Amino acid sequence: MRTKIFIYSSIVVITVFVFLINLYRIQVVDSEYKISAENNAFRKEIQYPARGVIFDRNGKLLVYNEPSYDLLVVPGTIGKFDTVEFCKIFQIDKKNINEIFSKHYNKYRPAIIEKQIPNSKFAFYEENLYKFPGFYIEKRTLRTYPKPIGAHLLGYVGEVNKIEIENDPFYSMGDYIGKSGLERTYDKYIRGEKGVKILVVDVKGKIQGSYKNGKYDIKAISGKNVTTTIDADIQEYGESLMVNKIGAVVAIEPATGEILAFISSPGYDPNLFIGNNLSKNYREIENAPNKPLYNRAIKSRYPPGSTFKPVSALIALQERVIFENTVFIISGGYNAGNHVVKDHVSGSVNLVASIQMSSNAYYCNVFKKIISDDKFKSAAEAYENWRNHLNKFGLGLKLGTDLAYEDQGLIFPSTYFDKIYGKGRWNHNTIISLAIGQGELGFTPLQIANMTAAIANRGFYIIPHVIRSIADEKENQIYKTKHYTGISPEYFIPVIDGMEKVVTGGTATIANLPGISICGKTGTAQNPHGEDHSIFIAFAPKENPKIAIAVYIENAGFGSTWAAPVASLMIEKYLTDSISRPWLEKRIVDGNLLNVIKRK
Amino acid sequence: MERKTNILQRIDWIIVLIYLILVIYGWMNIYSSAYKPDAQFDFTQRYAKQLLWIIVAIIIIVTIFFVDNHVFSTLSYLIYGFFILMLVAVLIFGSVINDSRSWIVVGDFRIQPSEFAKFATALALAKFMNKENFSLTKDLKNLIISGVIILIPVFFILLQGDVGSALVYLVFLLVLYREGLPFVFIFIVLSEVILFILSFFVNYDVLFSLLIIGSFIYYAVITKDYRGTFLTITAILMLLIVFWAIEIFSFTYVENNYIYALVTLFFFIFSLIKAFKKRFYLPAFISGIVLFLMLSMYSSDFVFNNILQDHHRSRINVFLGFEQDLKGIGYNVNQSKIAIGSGGFFGKGYLKGTQTKYDFVPEQDTDFIFCTVGEEMGFVGTAGVLILFAFLVLRIMYLAEKQRSPFSRIYGYSVSALLFFHFSINVAMTIGLAPVIGIPLPFFSYGGSSLWSFTILLFIFVKLNTVKDSTY
Repeated sequence: MRTKIFIYSSIVVITVFVFLINLYRIQVVDSEYKISAENNAFRKEIQYPARGVIFDRNGKLLVYNEPSYDLLVVPGTIGKFDTVEFCKIFQIDKKNINEIFSKHYNKYRPAIIEKQIPNSKFAFYEENLYKFPGFYIEKRTLRTYPKPIGAHLLGYVGEVNKIEIENDPFYSMGDYIGKSGLERTYDKYIRGEKGVKILVVDVKGKIQGSYKNGKYDIKAISGKNVTTTIDADIQEYGESLMVNKIGAVVAIEPATGEILAFISSPGYDPNLFIGNNLSKNYREIENAPNKPLYNRAIKSRYPPGSTFKPVSALIALQERVIFENTVFIISGGYNAGNHVVKDHVSGSVNLVASIQMSSNAYYCNVFKKIISDDKFKSAAEAYENWRNHLNKFGLGLKLGTDLAYEDQGLIFPSTYFDKIYGKGRWNHNTIISLAIGQGELGFTPLQIANMTAAIANRGFYIIPHVIRSIADEKENQIYKTKHYTGISPEYFIPVIDGMEKVVTGGTATIANLPGISICGKTGTAQNPHGEDHSIFIAFAPKENPKIAIAVYIENAGFGSTWAAPVASLMIEKYLTDSISRPWLEKRIVDGNLLNVIKRK
Repeated sequence: MERKTNILQRIDWIIVLIYLILVIYGWMNIYSSAYKPDAQFDFTQRYAKQLLWIIVAIIIIVTIFFVDNHVFSTLSYLIYGFFILMLVAVLIFGSVINDSRSWIVVGDFRIQPSEFAKFATALALAKFMNKENFSLTKDLKNLIISGVIILIPVFFILLQGDVGSALVYLVFLLVLYREGLPFVFIFIVLSEVILFILSFFVNYDVLFSLLIIGSFIYYAVITKDYRGTFLTITAILMLLIVFWAIEIFSFTYVENNYIYALVTLFFFIFSLIKAFKKRFYLPAFISGIVLFLMLSMYSSDFVFNNILQDHHRSRINVFLGFEQDLKGIGYNVNQSKIAIGSGGFFGKGYLKGTQTKYDFVPEQDTDFIFCTVGEEMGFVGTAGVLILFAFLVLRIMYLAEKQRSPFSRIYGYSVSALLFFHFSINVAMTIGLAPVIGIPLPFFSYGGSSLWSFTILLFIFVKLNTVKDSTY
């Protein structure tokens, strides 16, 4: 009998023991059930912060936000619903709905049905939403541009991709991130902080209220507002001048390194890249003729052409290979041994006149003196010294501006020529085209504009940048530091005098502006693609320069024809806020250079 | 007058106390599953009705205390006959609720006769076996009549379509075993039935635990080596605890099947040693079979999952009723496990459950009431309820053993076994260890029929227990 009691008791005890083990496992050890329970009963509504607003230097809005609504569903919580009616109200293809439900593997994770419901439809949608438990609307914001300007500068916002999610835990599927321009560089300031609202839902997905009165909710924090250094007016004006032209314009305030205008042409209307439009339009714009997405202002390597001459003169003066009063006698050109560099200037040419009239032969001689300088053991050593000078002007280096994807330009090291011609077997004549800004040189318009600013400052530059301040963030000291070119201020006097004369009585008199002393330099760069590039650099006024500018127009011929007027008009617009030469403006605006480009 | 005070003194207050705790705690959970933070106490809600059923239950208890013990014995067959008639009546006049024709509906009241048939059967069985020198083995007639008494209600309840309630009657086998039915008989019937049901819901956790427990019991009975068995079980339990501790402290999950296989292997080795020492080969043979069974289940599982193709599988699934299970019962059990599992160690706090409200758990105040305990009171709550039930069941068994009259003893064993079966199957159901066969948790689940029938069942025994020495 005792056996039976023992067996009976042990069945009871063992059963309870097995239950206890299992209960302990699912209640205490295993967290899977707690997560499932949260997914069951809580719906975490992400509160998307508004991105920070971007202003120009005068407080004008460049980009702000407008509300937008997404329609979402948690498939595991929907009840039976009338699919036909649903598709009718929300204007969705039945196929898409079925696809979303069949593809979505996790029943308790929200799936997006429709993105960016226009404001006009939102009220109607929300009125009808109660009929479809499990579906809900989430608010977000979208970028809006009051004026269609600054596309390359501002960049655009798009949905995050897998790599971006992996790199930054802030992001999850369906979030938006700055893809280019300022939106990208300053994304972590502009994006703000996501919030979350925890709602309790019943089995049908009906909201029962907020969880613990919102005790665990997190409010979204809006992104920080950003003030740029851009002047919206000349940005807009410059873009209007550059219509139907290929090239770039960069304007800088020399004393601060602040970029005033930043244009790459052709551009595109940033409004085309808002939200849903992005996927619709991206392909088309990416493949449009002349690559509107290509940011020429920081990515294109152009030969500097004659705009290079002032820097050549400055380096020669600093190296004491020429002097303020150095004169070269020129007849027809410069004999570089096996060929002649032609020159339209002849007679005895001094330093000021060499800039004023843009004498090629003068600078071939200067280059000869620099490279064959007997301070140095070899041409290579002298070349490296010359290259170092250029680097100090920010040429051939990444400047470190706050715009993404900046190109570093191109100046080859001497070893490059060693490789081609043999060590010690090349001299100034071998590479004489460098003397006039041709050949193995390539600088971005930003670098050229910065070089102009350095001349305007008589010897230093501040890294060009577009951000002045971000809400309460500390100022970035990088954009306060002066970078010296190593050229003594007194050497700038004759060079700048020459640049002034370029405009008052030299190669670019068309840029002359009564009442404002503009100092400029034309450039006409030969290139393998066709017609020469039209280039102009300038700063004004001569004393206390307020603006330095570089204009590149591809395959447009002489610098004075197209680039100089663009620069001059923009300087006038910036300094006087008016235009005194409507005829010139009309000629430029109407000028369509897209048709005259003859590609070889 | 002296006799009455005697009764009060002789009442087993421990049972009464456990009963009251379970009923009150059960009511609290029914209240919780209907609770809405901003709602007033609502008299149309189930918790209000359950309160009424509880009051009636207390009246029933008091009434039982006033009835003379002889009456139960005398009226046994009458009561049994009455409820069999009710079971027949239900088939004719009954209403179908939840797929089974188990209810007699009169106005607002619904009565489920199959609930009451349990204590009636227990009474009838006790009455029939209440003879001196009663033997199930010596007289085949006794065995057959006992079987018929049990099987008549089973037959009618199965006709109602309520398989769960019919299965409950299996527990009378345990009572018969206590009264001399050979164990092998029980073992065969039980394991056949259980394996048959479980094969539909292939759950290795249960199947293997049962196989292992079964083989131990079998071993103990065959060899009469209780000390050895006890030591082995203790060793295995220690091993399990070590495993369990490793799992908890290292946060790793050890596949259950490995544990089972290990335990069986352990047992196999143990019986092999026995076999060589004492030339006793049966246990080794049996544990070998169990090992073989496990291996064959793994391999059939492998064939099913890896060798058969989709359309084969779905055909088999449909045939066995699996496809339906995934959407219906499978969903319920999953939600039930989520609710219990989300409770953690201390639970979310009374009235603070999220799963057992808002209709995530089906039948949350009847068959799945245990989920509310699990979610709101956590492991502390579930363990507490389990231990209370286990204690109640063992206490009744202990008292039943002390009865002089076979009637009281047999009835007591029936009560104990019925309660054990109900609470264990119900709890196993909610944590996915047993198929969902829809039987209530005694004293907890909402419903008058269930509460009253268990109250009557229990308190007739409490009353019988007050007079230990009489014979009826």
